[in-house]
Amino acid sequence: MIEEKIVKSIKLVKKGDQSAFEEIVEHFQGKVFAICFRMVGNKHEAEDIAQEAFIRAYINIQSYDENRKFATWLYRIATNLAIDRMRKKKPDYYLDAEIQGGEGLTLYSQIPDDNRLPEDEVESLETQSYIQKEIMALPAKYRSIIALRFIDELSLKEISEILEIPVGTVKTRIHRGREALRKKLRNV
Amino acid sequence: MNCNEEVVELMHQYLDGDLASNDEEKLRSHLNSCEDCQQHFRELKQTVALVTANIDLQPSQDFTMKVMNGLPKETKRTTVKRWVRVHPLLTAAAIFFIFMSSSLLTTWNQDHALTYPKGMNLVVENDTVIVPEGIIIHEDLEVKNGNVRVDGAVEGDVIIINGEHLTASAGSVTGEIKQVDEVFSWLWYKIKEMTAEVFDVFDE
Repeated sequence: MIEEKIVKSIKLVKKGDQSAFEEIVEHFQGKVFAICFRMVGNKHEAEDIAQEAFIRAYINIQSYDENRKFATWLYRIATNLAIDRMRKKKPDYYLDAEIQGGEGLTLYSQIPDDNRLPEDEVESLETQSYIQKEIMALPAKYRSIIALRFIDELSLKEISEILEIPVGTVKTRIHRGREALRKKLRNV
Repeated sequence: MNCNEEVVELMHQYLDGDLASNDEEKLRSHLNSCEDCQQHFRELKQTVALVTANIDLQPSQDFTMKVMNGLPKETKRTTVKRWVRVHPLLTAAAIFFIFMSSSLLTTWNQDHALTYPKGMNLVVENDTVIVPEGIIIHEDLEVKNGNVRVDGAVEGDVIIINGEHLTASAGSVTGEIKQVDEVFSWLWYKIKEMTAEVFDVFDE
């Protein structure tokens, strides 16, 4: 089982075996990166934050309590870093604010022209870019919840632990975020 | 049933996976009868599907390598740190020993000048400390970097560090005469003395 292997690797890292950390990075990088991307909307920055999250996790591995889910602990480090980054960048939007043009388009607008893609793939990339743009138009506090909820399908309780906010608040924000996205995405 | 508030709330609860079964029944029957709510619910489900399914995003190929290169190097120091965490008692003992011996060594290296207790009516000639005739010293006599000649009397031990005891005619020493020449034997002597003091304290 892959989970057991991860648990074993974590134990090894705790004992000081640095190379065992590689397996942990391999296993979680996709999710951590995707969560960061959902929050900051830029591939380069998301990768930067995800890397820092892993390095911090390694440095602080002794404070990880093995009775708890490692993913939750790791996502908490990542979301905190991403929230910090977003705070430094710009003020929050409001749900009823106008969509800002160009937000979140960086990933797909950076794809070089000679990289020809099949038509339906282009279409799906456009859809993705549009979805990310709409997510970026949400306030940061909704973004982090949406990232956690829809990327790893975490439970409301787990999200409340990661973000250190009450379950009720998580619920309200998911509902509002979903409602706001519905209005934007219904015509996709 | 109020379409705008209550039903929408039920829809969200359903999507969160925490809708009670009788509420689910309520939602289902309402959806069957209300076009608008059906549409709303479809849109919500589509939103969830869009936001969930589109992630084929992957970090760059060298992501893991970059992280591994960014980790602090596993040094001797971390190894020591771990050892210290595992063996706190031995560590404490080792640190104590290092401090002890280093402070003693500093004392040893500090001066090569002749030292002897003052105010005991001792006479010094060149490198020799003399206990003159008729003088009785009621305690231990410690002399460093010089010789000792006892013409009078010492009612205690005579300790000579880096020097020798010049046997004199009339003098008498009730205790032992200890000559210490090497750093290590001096250290050994210091430790022995300290241990003796500790036990004295317990004896009292």
